[in-house]
Amino acid sequence: MSRVAVLKGGRSLERNVSLRSGARVEDALERLGHEVVGIDVGHDLVARLRDERPDVAFVALHGRDGEDGTVQELLEIVGVPYTGSGVSACMRCMDKVVAKHAFRAAGIPTPDFHSFSEAAFKQLGAAEALPAIEQRLGFPLVVKPADQGSALGIKFARDAGEVPAALVAAFSYSERVLLERHVDGRDLAVSILDGRALPVVEAVPRGDRFYDFESRYEIGATAFECPARLDDATTAAAQDLALRAHAALGCGVFSRVDLMLGADGEPSVLEINAIPGLTETSLLPQAADAAGIGFDELVARILAPALSA
Amino acid sequence: MTIDDRSRRGPRTSAHELERYAGLFAARTRVMKSSAMRDLMAITQRPEVISLAGGNPDTTTFPPESFAALMSHMAAQGTARALQYSSTDGIAEVKERIAEVMAAEGAVVDPQDVLVTTGGQQVIDLMCKTFIDPGDVIVAEAPTYPGAIPSFCAYQADVVQIGIDADGMLIDELEETLDRLEREGRRPKFVYTVPTFQNPGGVTMSLPRRRRLVEVAHERELLVLEDNPYGLLRYEGEPLPTLLSLDGGEFVVYLGTFSKILSAGVRLGWAVAPPPVLDKLNMAKQGVDLCSSSLAQMFVATYFAERRWQDYVTELAGLYRRRRDAMLDALAQSFPPEATWTRPQGGMFVWATLPDYIDTTDLLARALEERDVAFVPGRAAYLDGRGGSSMRLNFSGSREEDIREGVRRIGEVIREQVGLYGTLTGARPAADEPARRAPDPDLADVLELPRRDRGGRRSDAG
Repeated sequence: MSRVAVLKGGRSLERNVSLRSGARVEDALERLGHEVVGIDVGHDLVARLRDERPDVAFVALHGRDGEDGTVQELLEIVGVPYTGSGVSACMRCMDKVVAKHAFRAAGIPTPDFHSFSEAAFKQLGAAEALPAIEQRLGFPLVVKPADQGSALGIKFARDAGEVPAALVAAFSYSERVLLERHVDGRDLAVSILDGRALPVVEAVPRGDRFYDFESRYEIGATAFECPARLDDATTAAAQDLALRAHAALGCGVFSRVDLMLGADGEPSVLEINAIPGLTETSLLPQAADAAGIGFDELVARILAPALSA
Repeated sequence: MTIDDRSRRGPRTSAHELERYAGLFAARTRVMKSSAMRDLMAITQRPEVISLAGGNPDTTTFPPESFAALMSHMAAQGTARALQYSSTDGIAEVKERIAEVMAAEGAVVDPQDVLVTTGGQQVIDLMCKTFIDPGDVIVAEAPTYPGAIPSFCAYQADVVQIGIDADGMLIDELEETLDRLEREGRRPKFVYTVPTFQNPGGVTMSLPRRRRLVEVAHERELLVLEDNPYGLLRYEGEPLPTLLSLDGGEFVVYLGTFSKILSAGVRLGWAVAPPPVLDKLNMAKQGVDLCSSSLAQMFVATYFAERRWQDYVTELAGLYRRRRDAMLDALAQSFPPEATWTRPQGGMFVWATLPDYIDTTDLLARALEERDVAFVPGRAAYLDGRGGSSMRLNFSGSREEDIREGVRRIGEVIREQVGLYGTLTGARPAADEPARRAPDPDLADVLELPRRDRGGRRSDAG
């Protein structure tokens, strides 16, 4: 039995989701016989870690601070082993632009993109380059904040007239945005656990609305197929690609790799979540379950490497 | 954790849980909407955030000594009664007090025609429960009270929203819409309106429009649900008659509440309705909660018996008026010239509209992250995705200095976005300097609202 601090909440935009992930993890850890200390991450994080003296920290944070390496850095300083990926892998995952460059360097397909900071537009006249970018990427194109974990701020621009407002929206969440070629296809997620790819999950939006922030977490708003209805070769290709992407960013015991399966049957990688959601509706627990791994076992396996660290 | 806890939770939770419950949920839960910005709103709770997002009255001005005295009087006089069930329609003394409150707004009602409810919100829910079959039409204002939307959706109503201007709901548009609905064979069950100091618009329906709305209801035999939580919180101008008084109690169902004149925490409101409607609402209420809290009703009865309730309302109105003025001043100082906003004569809200390239949901994310300030994005007040560049600002729940600072911070974020958009499109923002628009007395009552939908498209459905 160990004393486990579950880090949850925080001030990221995904606070609510994290609180739900954290609560579920706490229950599982208690069932596993651990002594659990829940910590809603705030100004007093370092002090609380020093007071509580946990053997290990289970990081159930999503989004800024918790998923971008900041909290991991603090845990290293305080000397508390923690679950999941290390500082550098977290940083690479959180920044979609860095991640995509790493994918490219590793020969992993990812939709074409260009990325700019707000300063590039304000001080370097990057707006002048927009027509060339639009021509290269085609319409519709997707505009995303570089380091926002959820679907918040992701906009589709159907024509050049919609690009500026989409950029303003994306810059609301991040100092850097990317413009990405839209891949028309199926939305897949492959979770990685202990170096193994779990069954593929497909997210099928109900109705025709974009798979948005709300539906991603709301029961019934999106249908999930797990395992996804794919032929064996496609499943293997998606899983293989996910494993390569996970390795390319140097992720730890688990991650969730989001892919698009293009109309041509070719998968490409959109991004990796270093700390995927662990709520009732989250994809990783579903995939683990499809592989015969219950939630408690999942939590135990995520915890194991940190415990032996 | 105790052993009992463990056995109750079961040995193991699995991801199958989701699908297991999904199969059990009623079809209506698919169209139930939780507020779209719920997750964003979760972070407005941080103590460092100045939140202009709430709809809160200020309860800090109620003297704790008075509260304590009232509670002990209540205990001395009627502990057993306060701890007991009461009748579904409400405790008689409370109904008499309600008639008194309504008389202060010039509405004459018989206490027998009153149903005491658990907050005004319950009246909205009971009206839907009583009148709405899936697909039935409710006509509401655009924008409408965001808190009504979950009720409308839960009963699978088809909500049609009618635009407003400085004089409230556009009755011409209402009539055109009713004609169209009739041609389509769809009959609206009721028109939901907040005619006085509208939430979220801040506007008040003019007397001619009130008269016309009541006529329309009579001509078409259509109910109107008049939601009037703020009527007594008037800071300027002459009071207008309620729709209920103009109607004479035939087609108007009136919704009132103690939330804004005494306490939102007592959760007491009321409905006044024609007897056949009141009977059905009563039956609907029986299934929900049997009766509203006896304890809360006794508290209200004691309060009215021992205090001059109008004094407290006058005090609140003075407080909110100063806060409204602080907000209007701050808006004129801090918001860019591209922004417009309403100038409410009472109530709790200002509705501001920005250029259409600014999405206020995204703006809220930035305002929260970088400036620790919150508001309600306009989309929350529509069922059809409109309202994306508007926002609701509350002035009743924050201190004047927080209102000034909060509006200043929001103004900064807006200016950044206006500037960025200008950079992206090669356009220059309308002005770089703060628009120190002194309140022009001639323009003071001119309300600026977003232009009506350019394509003339109206929402057909939620």
